[in-house]
Amino acid sequence: MAVTVAPKIVTSRLGHADSHTVERYLATGGYEGLRKALTMTPEAVAHEVDTASLLGRGGAGFPAGRKWAMLRKAPVTYLVVNGDESEPATFKDHLLLERDPHQLLEGVLIAAYALQVTQVFIYVRGEFALALERVQAALNDAYAAGAVGTDIFGSGFSVDVVVHPGAGAYICGEETALLESLEGKRGFPRIKPPFFPAAIGLYGAPTVVNNVETMSNLPWIVMNGGAAFAALGGGRSTGTRLFALAGHVNNPGVFELEMVKTTFSDLIHAPVLGGGIPHGRALKAFIPGGVSAPWFGPDRLDLPLGQDEVAEAGSMLGSGSVVVMDDHTCAVRASWRITRFFARESCGQCTPCREGSGWLERIMRRIENGQGREADLDLLLDACDNISPGLAWPPQQTTICVLGPSIPSSIASAIEMFRDEFLVHIKEGGCPYD
Amino acid sequence: MTGAARTPVGGPRRAGGPAGSAHLSADTRARARELIALYPHPRSALIPLCHLAQEEVGWLTPEAMADIARLLDVTPAEVLGTASFYDMLHTEPVGSHVVSVCTNIACLLNGAAELLEHAESSLGVNAGGTTADGSITLEESECLADCDRAPCVQVNHRFVGAQTPASFDRLIADLRTGARAEDIPDHGTLVRVRRTTGLEADPSTVAAERAAMAEAQAGRAAAAEAAKTASEGVGGDS
Repeated sequence: MAVTVAPKIVTSRLGHADSHTVERYLATGGYEGLRKALTMTPEAVAHEVDTASLLGRGGAGFPAGRKWAMLRKAPVTYLVVNGDESEPATFKDHLLLERDPHQLLEGVLIAAYALQVTQVFIYVRGEFALALERVQAALNDAYAAGAVGTDIFGSGFSVDVVVHPGAGAYICGEETALLESLEGKRGFPRIKPPFFPAAIGLYGAPTVVNNVETMSNLPWIVMNGGAAFAALGGGRSTGTRLFALAGHVNNPGVFELEMVKTTFSDLIHAPVLGGGIPHGRALKAFIPGGVSAPWFGPDRLDLPLGQDEVAEAGSMLGSGSVVVMDDHTCAVRASWRITRFFARESCGQCTPCREGSGWLERIMRRIENGQGREADLDLLLDACDNISPGLAWPPQQTTICVLGPSIPSSIASAIEMFRDEFLVHIKEGGCPYD
Repeated sequence: MTGAARTPVGGPRRAGGPAGSAHLSADTRARARELIALYPHPRSALIPLCHLAQEEVGWLTPEAMADIARLLDVTPAEVLGTASFYDMLHTEPVGSHVVSVCTNIACLLNGAAELLEHAESSLGVNAGGTTADGSITLEESECLADCDRAPCVQVNHRFVGAQTPASFDRLIADLRTGARAEDIPDHGTLVRVRRTTGLEADPSTVAAERAAMAEAQAGRAAAAEAAKTASEGVGGDS
């Protein structure tokens, strides 16, 4: 078993019931990373993040350092933090926002200094009422402590941070939709090019958008150096990462693990992690990185938790959420529910996604309800192909954003892995698991 | 509840000018002005303002949306256009407690569909409906990111932990008697999210700092470039 004794980089305080308070934060080295960063040049801080090779923890896995480097040439106007965690079965940012809001703020301030940004917005999912309360309280305390505002810690650097609530829309986790939402509009993604936030972001100005977990890593990276972070993990997947484990496991939860060193099997079965599948049942399939990711069967259990390793196997580590399905799970029902989610959350801008998701959902539902036809399987795949031509991985795109091309993953996976189960639904006129 | 004369959405065309007949409370309007001051463009405060307005009565009345439009100098239709996109913003009346039962994948695998079915029959409403006494609106929601406590339920967006049919019924009883009024007040709690300071870094300070830092940065970049050129000159093959 390979649960390494890597340091807890972002979850070190979570053992304390008062981990969200400024008192606990200051008593455990809080804001020391920011103080240190302010004695360095902005380039030196950015260089440490680059050295750490910190991959963005939001889902796309783009290196944060490279994202920043694209902007260092021209002045950045805004830093926006994406705390709109809504990918089904992903609940790690929720934890960080609620339980260690000062760590997030400190990371945000370090990033603002490195990028020389003086206006930051932290966009927090609206349904996180307690997290919003705590992040705002932390910000109020940070202002009082002189960590935010004018001339922070006497450094001659000034920055303001605003906490902004969302209002319930999965699509706003997509960075350009998030910016639209922050401008007070419907969360419609913008087409890229030209609307790369780095070029044309919030209010049309150059903007960096980073995820909550990504930001929360920065205090540790500044204190310990980018090289120490890069020494953890393996290959391109450096450092530790939060994995959210849910579904059919005895011990669901968020685990901070060194990248690549742990396998999916460890995560699901290790007594200190998932603790195995309840009722002594066997694994049927698992989703390795959010519901946009293609599924894996038990044959992939020995795959390590690394970005490239999972990508090479034909799926993605995505948002770091792993959903476990035992052998009593109806694959049709599970993939139908995921499809319904996308149908509900499609913003409606692009025809393939708006119409396709609805049709797919209705076809899936009729199969689950026993009214399917054998031709439905080809029909499903054909409709999927219209949204994402070739059903390849990584997916091709016919839409403005990646929500559309994410829809086929679960359907294509379920049909490919459990075609017989679909046929039983169709032939027997009902769900064999009911 | 809906009955009374509704302001037609979209008219009057532009609602700017004096707030003749404000429907939002004086406190909400004061807080709205604080919020608007936080953004480079007033319209960015639209969603935060909708939350505040909604928590006065539980939903966004046309009158409240007209007030928000006036505060932001946009049209009421623009407020509705944004508000109607978002699941949390209600443009129709809801109960004083909105009970959200997640049935997305992690919860589905842990009995969420059965819980929702129980909730519908015990409350006597379908998902989306409001009980006759106006106390509970039942919602079937998408993932609420509390998946290690599945099936996950929120009331007015406060997490109440994994629920069984029996605990769900007790929860509803508590909500109705007011036993949970402290932690789950009527209509939501985002009103508690309140900044204690305005923006502090004023534009002229920031501009001066930025200029000084840009100059320093350019100096460092030039020095780095010079050093690079020098080392290339020594070690290079050209």
